[in-house]
This record gives sequence, structure tokens and C-alpha cells, in this order.
Amino acid sequence: MGAPESKELVGPRATTSLVSRASPLVSTAQQLKTLRQVDLSKLPNQGVFREKLTPAGIDIFQINVGKLCNMTCRHCHVDAGPDRTAEMMSRETVDLCLAALDKTTAKVVDITGGAPELNPHFRYLVEQCVARGKHVMDRCNLTILLTGPCRDLPEWFASRGVEVVCSLPHYRQRNTDLQRGAGTFEKSIEALRRLNAAGYGRGDPRLRLTLMHNPAGAYLSGDQKSMEREWKEGLQANHGVTFDALIALNNMPISRFLEWLEISGNLQAYMELLVNAYNPATVPGLMCRNTLSVGWDGRVYDCDFNQMLELDTRYADGRTAHIRDFDPQQLATRAIVTARHCFGCTAGAGSSCGGAIA
Amino acid sequence: MDTYYRPEHLPKFSSIAQGNQKLADKFFDYYAEVFKAGALSAREKALIALAVSHAVQCPYCIDAYSKESLQQGADLEQMTEAVHVAAAIRGGASLMHGVQMLEHVQRQVMA
Repeated sequence: MGAPESKELVGPRATTSLVSRASPLVSTAQQLKTLRQVDLSKLPNQGVFREKLTPAGIDIFQINVGKLCNMTCRHCHVDAGPDRTAEMMSRETVDLCLAALDKTTAKVVDITGGAPELNPHFRYLVEQCVARGKHVMDRCNLTILLTGPCRDLPEWFASRGVEVVCSLPHYRQRNTDLQRGAGTFEKSIEALRRLNAAGYGRGDPRLRLTLMHNPAGAYLSGDQKSMEREWKEGLQANHGVTFDALIALNNMPISRFLEWLEISGNLQAYMELLVNAYNPATVPGLMCRNTLSVGWDGRVYDCDFNQMLELDTRYADGRTAHIRDFDPQQLATRAIVTARHCFGCTAGAGSSCGGAIA
Repeated sequence: MDTYYRPEHLPKFSSIAQGNQKLADKFFDYYAEVFKAGALSAREKALIALAVSHAVQCPYCIDAYSKESLQQGADLEQMTEAVHVAAAIRGGASLMHGVQMLEHVQRQVMA
């Protein structure tokens, strides 16, 4: 069983963490095995991800500061939740990340979690990155902005020019609450209003408000541009809320979404969908090529999804990479670790932390 | 064949080209062009297709356009309203013919 939930954490709950239920899928080896066992032998390349991916230089330095979250969304690839108090990036590791960041040419620092705002060193990390002239992105679940110690964040972010990238699967209530828990939509709208009041989402390039959509089920994201237009119209007309851009991501068949795919009998069909929708035009823009992802404990990965599957980045000599011995020159020659889950990023219009690719 | 409708027929739609490649090519090119976002969004077209699927009662189309509507960002409430539009038009079409019936009656019955 996981640690007891933090009592101060108020938030919608669609489910509970795999860890709290001691699910077999807590084991990343079990997740990879589950994916391998799906029979895709009749599909192109027998459903084997054959693309050899190489790094293109580190543009985005992504830091996952922990798995603690006030929410427990059904599709969460992190298995985050209020009980995940153990996995929290320490101040020492934050400083190691900053030292590593200084060795790169990355212009963007992408801070994620869990709810990253719950890490006690979050504000320190943001301040340090801003002081270095980096463009900072906060991956925000919106509802956290209504909780006690985070209520001042919209203005705090605004005074530092932090881009806020918010999860909102739909511009209407139903699909948002199905995926993220009853009451999420209403709270998200309130949080968006507060961000708007702080100057976000009104076309100011310094105060960018980006919404992130992912499907509330076993289907791919639709056309990002078309959805952005409709999300903008819908949120403005019904709630008076504005934002700057919408990015659309596919759901990755790992962690809690993998559990849901299995339970709902959708796993086979979803994997077939991903493999059949393989689009080679997405490969040059895959995030694993220009991003480096650091975990709460300082381990280094090619992307946040590999991080959740514990598929560590390896130097050419086979050593796993850790932020304490960060060596960008050696990392530039690495081979990116891939497995079947990678079809999630290459399906259809593609999917990365920046949204559609092709 | 023990049943007329089989889900596995849907992905075989393109095999209709076996009897006439040229006509199939023309049809599928046209089909793809029709569903591109234009003056109507991809979501609006998917919802129209969903409604028409119910009007023509095609289970293949209902399967395909339920998925497509979701993918293009529609939700259950919007999809249900689309199906009601189909139901209203189908029902309304029957009822509207009632005016013909009414005229027949008025012609043939002593006022």
C-alpha cells in the first residue's frame, strides 16, 4: 500500500492510484510485458517499433519534480495522486538539475509532475530558471490553483512570465469530469478565469496560456487546429474564458490508462489503432529527440513516458544516466530507448509534449 | 454467411475496388475530400455523418462515425442531439406526409 493521503490536498478524484491498490501494473516490467503480449502479428512490422531514434540536441529540459497530485485522473501516465508523497524531488536534486541545465543550450524548462506546484522547492526552481533567462513552462492541472498555498500562483507566474500549460480534455463538462473526476470542469473554469484575470490567455506572448487536450477514451486526438478554434469559441461563449493555444496529445498505453484499456476490453483495439495509424512524418519532430527528461530522483530519460516505464537513458557505454554525472556531449551520441508504447507518439498527427507534430 | 452484418467488413470497405478500381478510386477520393475541414469543421461533418448514419440505419457508419465524432472533439451530449435531429427529420417526414393524407380525406369525404 502507498503512503496515507495528505489531508490538505483537495481535488477531484476519478480513481485511485495503482500504488494504493497494489495493482500488478505498479511494476513497470509488468506494463512492458502487457504491451508486448498484445498480438499484433498481422499488423505492419508485427507491431514492433523499428524506428532508430537519435537525439537532435537538447532544446527542452523537462523536470518531473514528483508524483504528488491533488487529483487522480483515469488516464494518468504517472500514476500520480495524493498518496504519492514519497516521490518528491529534493532541493539537492533541484540544484543538480540547475547545474546540468547550465551545461546545455536548452532554452525551455518544462516543469511537470504530479502537480509540480506541490513540490516545496517548486518556486525556487522556477525563480532560478527565470533568472537564467529560460522560458519556463508549468504543466498545471488547473484545480491546484484553487487550493490554499497555490492560490497566489496566477499572479506569481505572471510576474515571472511563466507559460502555463493546462490540462483540459474538453471545453464541455461531460468528458472533462469523466476523465478527471466529478467537479473538475467547474473548478478548471474558475482557475482559467483567475489566470485570465492575471493577464494570461489574452494574446500577450509573455503570458501564454496553453490548453492541453487528450481524448477521454480509446481514440486518437482529432485535428488540433480545428479543435483549438472550437475550444476557443466554446469557452468564450459559454464561460467568458480565453486562452492562446490548444495542444492535442494521444493517451499513452501505460500506467493507469493501460489499466483502463485492459479492464474495458479496449487494449487490443487501441494498440491496433496506434500501429495502423503510424505516421513516419511524425518521427523528425518527436519530443524524445529534442527533450531530456529528469525524474524526481535525478535519473535521466529520453521522455516523460520512458521515465514512467523506468526506461533509463543510457550512455553509449551502457551506463544509465543520472543528473549528478550529466554529460551533454556523451548524451548527444546515445540511442533513444524505444518500445511498443512509442506508437502512441507516432500515431495520426503525432503527439508530443508540444502537441501534434505532423 | 449466417448474418448480414459483420464488424470485420468495415475495414474491408476498400476491397469493393476488386470489381471496378476506377470507380472505387473516384469514390474514395471524393469521400476523403468531403470530410476535410472546410467551411464546416471536421467535428461538424462527423456529427452530420453520425446523424445521417442513423437515418439510413447503417451499423458500419454508426460504428465509424461514433468513433470519428469522439475523435474530432464531440461529446455524448452533442452526439445524442445529432441522433435526435435524424429522428426528428425521419419522424417529421412521416408526419409531414400526413398533409397528403388529409387532402385525400378532404377530397373524398363529404364535408
